[in-house]
Amino acid sequence: MNKPVALAVAEIPADSDFDGAPATKVRGYWQSVGYRLRHDWVTLGFGVIVLLIVLAAVFAPLIAPFSPYAQSIIGRLKPFGWRGHPWGTDELGRDMMSRLIYGGRISLMMGLVPVVIATMIGGTLGVIGGFAGKVANTAIMRTMDVFYAFPSILLAVAISGAMGGGIVNGIISLSLVFTPAMCRVAETATAQVKNLDYIEAARASGAGTLTIIRHHVLGNVLGPVFIYASSLVSVSILLASGLSFLGLGVQPPEPDWGLMLSTLRQSLYVDPLGCALPGIAIFITSICFNLVSDGIRAAMDVRI
Amino acid sequence: MLGYVFRRILFAIPIALGVSVVCFSLVYLAPGDPLQTVLPPDATAETIAIVKHAYGFDRPIPVQYAIWLWHVLHGDFGRSIATQRAVTLEVFGSVANTAMLALFAVPLSFITGYSMGALAGCYPGKIMDRVVTGAAVIGVSLPNYWLGLVLVILFAVEYMVLPASGMGQSGSAAFVLWHWSDAQFLVLPVITLAMIPIGIIARTTRAAVADVRNQDFVTTLRAMGLGEGAVIRHVLKNASPQVLAVMGLQFGYLMGGSILVETVFTWPGSGFLLNKAIINRDIPVLQGTILALSLIFVLTNLVVDLLQAILDPRIRRA
Repeated sequence: MNKPVALAVAEIPADSDFDGAPATKVRGYWQSVGYRLRHDWVTLGFGVIVLLIVLAAVFAPLIAPFSPYAQSIIGRLKPFGWRGHPWGTDELGRDMMSRLIYGGRISLMMGLVPVVIATMIGGTLGVIGGFAGKVANTAIMRTMDVFYAFPSILLAVAISGAMGGGIVNGIISLSLVFTPAMCRVAETATAQVKNLDYIEAARASGAGTLTIIRHHVLGNVLGPVFIYASSLVSVSILLASGLSFLGLGVQPPEPDWGLMLSTLRQSLYVDPLGCALPGIAIFITSICFNLVSDGIRAAMDVRI
Repeated sequence: MLGYVFRRILFAIPIALGVSVVCFSLVYLAPGDPLQTVLPPDATAETIAIVKHAYGFDRPIPVQYAIWLWHVLHGDFGRSIATQRAVTLEVFGSVANTAMLALFAVPLSFITGYSMGALAGCYPGKIMDRVVTGAAVIGVSLPNYWLGLVLVILFAVEYMVLPASGMGQSGSAAFVLWHWSDAQFLVLPVITLAMIPIGIIARTTRAAVADVRNQDFVTTLRAMGLGEGAVIRHVLKNASPQVLAVMGLQFGYLMGGSILVETVFTWPGSGFLLNKAIINRDIPVLQGTILALSLIFVLTNLVVDLLQAILDPRIRRA
C-alpha cells in the first residue's frame, strides 16, 4: 500500500539514498478504507449474500410462490421437493419457501431496529456522559453498569417476559439490552478525545459545547459506534429469534424464523429436515452479518 | 491488594442493589394489575382490597421495595402464584440443575476454546489460524437452540444413541451423575451449551495472544536467546488477564443464558423455570429466578476481577 510514485527514476543515480518520490499522493482515510474493502474478497462476497437476503425480504411478495399464511389441511408437513412446494410445507400446510422468504422481513427488522434505537439512545447518553464529566458521567455510567450486570439473553427474557410477547415489546427489550454497551463504547471514545489539545483550542477560540461536540467529537465517536453497532446486528437477530422461539417476541401466525423453529419443533420426528430449515436461515444471516462487520472493522482500522 | 479487594467489593454492592431494583420493577412492567392472575374476574372491590393488602400492594412502591428487599435478604423470595410453593425452593433446585450443566460445559468450552485460540494466536496466518478463526465465527453466529435441535435430530431421532430431552426417567430428584443411564441425558445439552463460549473464547484468546506476541518484550526475550517454548509461556501468561475476563463473562452466560438450550432439552434448570414462569405469568418466580441468576453473574464478575488483580499487579494499583 501507499507505494511512492517515482518520477523520472532514470535521472537518479542507482546508489542514491533518494528514492525519487518528491510528490507522493497519499490516500485519504476513506479512500484507503474503500481500497481495503475493494480488495477484501471475503467481506465483499458475504456482503453480496447480505444484500441478497435483504433484497429477498424487501421483494418478498414478488419472489415468494405462495402466501405465507395460506394453510392446507391435506398438505401438511410435506418433505423437501414435494410437488409445487420445493422446500416442503409446515405443520399447517403453509409453503416453507414463502414463509422463509417472508420470515426474513421480520427477522431482519428485529435485527436492525433495536440496534438503531440502542445506538441513538446509548450513543447520545455516552457522548453526554463522556463530555459532561463528573456527576453526569457517574450517574449515566453507573446506571448502565446495573444493566451490564445481567447476561443479555436473561435481561431480554426478563423484560419481554414481564411485558408479554409481541414484536414491539421484543424491540423495546432488545433495545434496552444493547443500550448500555453502545453507551460504553461512545463514552470511551468521547473521553479519549475530550482532553486533547484541539478541543481546548476550539474552546479557546469561542466554540460552544454543542459546536465542539458536533464538529470535533462526533467524528471520532461515530467510527467505533458504527462498527460496534454493526457487530450487534447478528447478536440482535440471534436474540430476537431466541425470544420468538420462547414464545415471546413475534407471535403466530406471523412468519418469523425463530417462531417457525419453535412451532416446527413439535413435528421433529415427522419432518426433521423441515424443522432445521429456519435455523439454517438464522445461521446464514447472522454469520454473514458477522463477517461483513469484521471486514468493515478491519478496513476502518478501528479498535473497540 | 487488600485495599483493591475492599474497593472492588464495595463497588459490587450498589450494582447488586441496582439489579434488585430492576428485578423488583419487573412486577410493574407487566401490563395490568400485578394481581390479575390471582383474582377471579368477578372479584368484588372488597376482595380485591383484601388480597391487595395481603400481598402488600396497597403500600407506596418504595415501601414495597424495602419490604421485598428485606425478605430477599432473609432468603424469602415470596410464593409462586401458580404453585403456591416458596420461590426460594424452586429457584434453588433449578439453579442447582443449571449448575450441573455448567459444571461440564465450563471445562469443555474453556479448555477447547483456549487451546484453539492459543494455537491460532501463536501461528497467525497459518492454516490452523484460519481454521480456528472460521470455527470461532461459526460458534459466535450459531443459534445454539437450533444446534440443540439438530443434535437431537441426529443423535436422538436418526441414530437413537442419546436421549432427546429431560433429565432421566425418574427426574431430577433421583439423578445419579455416575450412572450412564442418567448421565447420558447431560451429553447433548452440554455440547450445545459449550458451542458459543468455545467460539467467543477462541476468538478472544487468539486476539490477545497475537497482540502480546507483537509487543517489544517478546522481541527482547527472543534476543536474550529464549527458546520458542519459553517465549510462548511468557506470551500466554501476559495474555491471560484478558482471556480470564472473557471466561468469567462466559461462565455467567452459561449460568444465566441457558434458557434457550434448557427449553430445547426440557432440562429442569433455571431457564426452564423461567420459561414456565413466563407462560404462567408467574411474576414472583420470574423475579426470583432472574435476581438469583444475575446475582450469580455479579458475583462471577467480582471473582474474575479479583483473579485478574492477582495475575496482573498493574490492575491493583489502578
